[in-house]
Amino acid sequence: MSRAEETDLVDRLLDGDHRALARTITKIENRSPGYRELVSALHEHTGEAEVIGITGSPGAGKSTLVDKLAKTYRDRGETVGIIAVDPSSPYTGGSVLGDRIRMASNVGDMDVFFRSMSARGTLGGLSTATGDAVKALDAFGKDKIIVETVGAGQNEIDVVRTADTVVVLVQPGSGDDVQMLKAGILEIGDVFVVNKADMSGASKTVADLEEMIHLQGDPTANLDLGHHGAGGGFEKPDVADSPDESEKNGEGGDGEEGWTADVVETVATSGDGIDELIETLAEHREYLERSGRLTEKARTRYAEEIRTLLREDTGSLLESEIDRRGGMESFVDAVVARKTDPYTVADELVEPLRECLDGDD
Amino acid sequence: MSADADQRAIRCLVAKVGLDGHDRGAHVIARAFRDAGFEVIYSGLHRAPDEIVQAAVQEDVDVLGISILSGAHNTLVPKVVDGLKEYGAFEDTLILVGGIVPDDDKKKLKEMGVAEVFGPGTPMADTIEFVRNNAPDRA
Repeated sequence: MSRAEETDLVDRLLDGDHRALARTITKIENRSPGYRELVSALHEHTGEAEVIGITGSPGAGKSTLVDKLAKTYRDRGETVGIIAVDPSSPYTGGSVLGDRIRMASNVGDMDVFFRSMSARGTLGGLSTATGDAVKALDAFGKDKIIVETVGAGQNEIDVVRTADTVVVLVQPGSGDDVQMLKAGILEIGDVFVVNKADMSGASKTVADLEEMIHLQGDPTANLDLGHHGAGGGFEKPDVADSPDESEKNGEGGDGEEGWTADVVETVATSGDGIDELIETLAEHREYLERSGRLTEKARTRYAEEIRTLLREDTGSLLESEIDRRGGMESFVDAVVARKTDPYTVADELVEPLRECLDGDD
Repeated sequence: MSADADQRAIRCLVAKVGLDGHDRGAHVIARAFRDAGFEVIYSGLHRAPDEIVQAAVQEDVDVLGISILSGAHNTLVPKVVDGLKEYGAFEDTLILVGGIVPDDDKKKLKEMGVAEVFGPGTPMADTIEFVRNNAPDRA
């Protein structure tokens, strides 16, 4: 893609051309030549949208809930962008992206831009691609951007963390209170939704979730419960995504109160509880803005993004260096023959880079 | 697929349009496409032409496969084609029709811009091969 084409694509996207937005996301997904210039050009137009991440186990009702959320936001006159990530086959790389089927409430409404993405089996690349796609939707002018993914592993958790507010969907009957103590997606929620709240066992799930939240949230609650040791090592979900932060107790910038995760009950198929969920999302947004957490989160995210890009770029620079020096196989041969070792090889390969960067000191 | 190099995958929308309620074939195709390494978006049943256009445009699919078993192809396919043109998506989308289509209609559909019509009994491998060979080349 030539420079002129990129500029044209960006112009058309900013102008509200759906096809240009769709093509931009394709280029981001494919990492086509020129996609970096595209994303760079979009950056200055981003930062306005509210980004909501939604995760949960398969069949929890994420897509149906997203459909109803989008509908409600549209009724309020806001535009919505949705990115739904589905897994790809570990064998063929293929995938069936089925989240779109649930988008029944927004039929024919082009102001809901729905895009399915396949995980494409990439290691860590997915969150970069999703983050960039969010930027495209943001620059396009979407008010609300929803990122939906199955909460299956670290990769998916990284994806929802590109959001300002993380919603975790839990199904009734998805295990006892010990399941709630396990590490994973339950740690990252700002808002918990017990969907299918009309099923039996819903109130038990709500109670289990609330207990878990209070254990990690409020140190005094532990005293009341008479449990021990729960305070140490737990972080507020809101803070847990940024290990660099010095504050660990969920306090906002200047002595503001922290955020205690809320549990909302919904029946996504009928739309029950959606208004309450939207209100809770707005409250969390308000908290983020008031406490300065929104800015902090954005800063952490940009720092992480720069680091990721640097890792990728230096990685590929070094890959070409390996090729220039005879390919990986020859290094492996030498290591297998005990003529050298992996650490020495890495040192040798990085040496020119190190010289360049340290040279000026 | 490596993390840095070309991550291109063929994206297909498998669409059921109109009142036709038989989607077994569409499921089989979706599954076969997935196993061929394609990314398949399935529309679900009873979609209006507008919805199919919306999905094809937003998902930026390389291939749009329309499954029609009801005989309403002469009404529905032109609507989809016109919609794609409206959004500038007609030129670089490979449009396929699967279903029971009389020979006379096949000709008409092809004149309209449908690349191929696959009738009952078409071996799956043929369809996949056709998609591989004809999916639009997008830089």
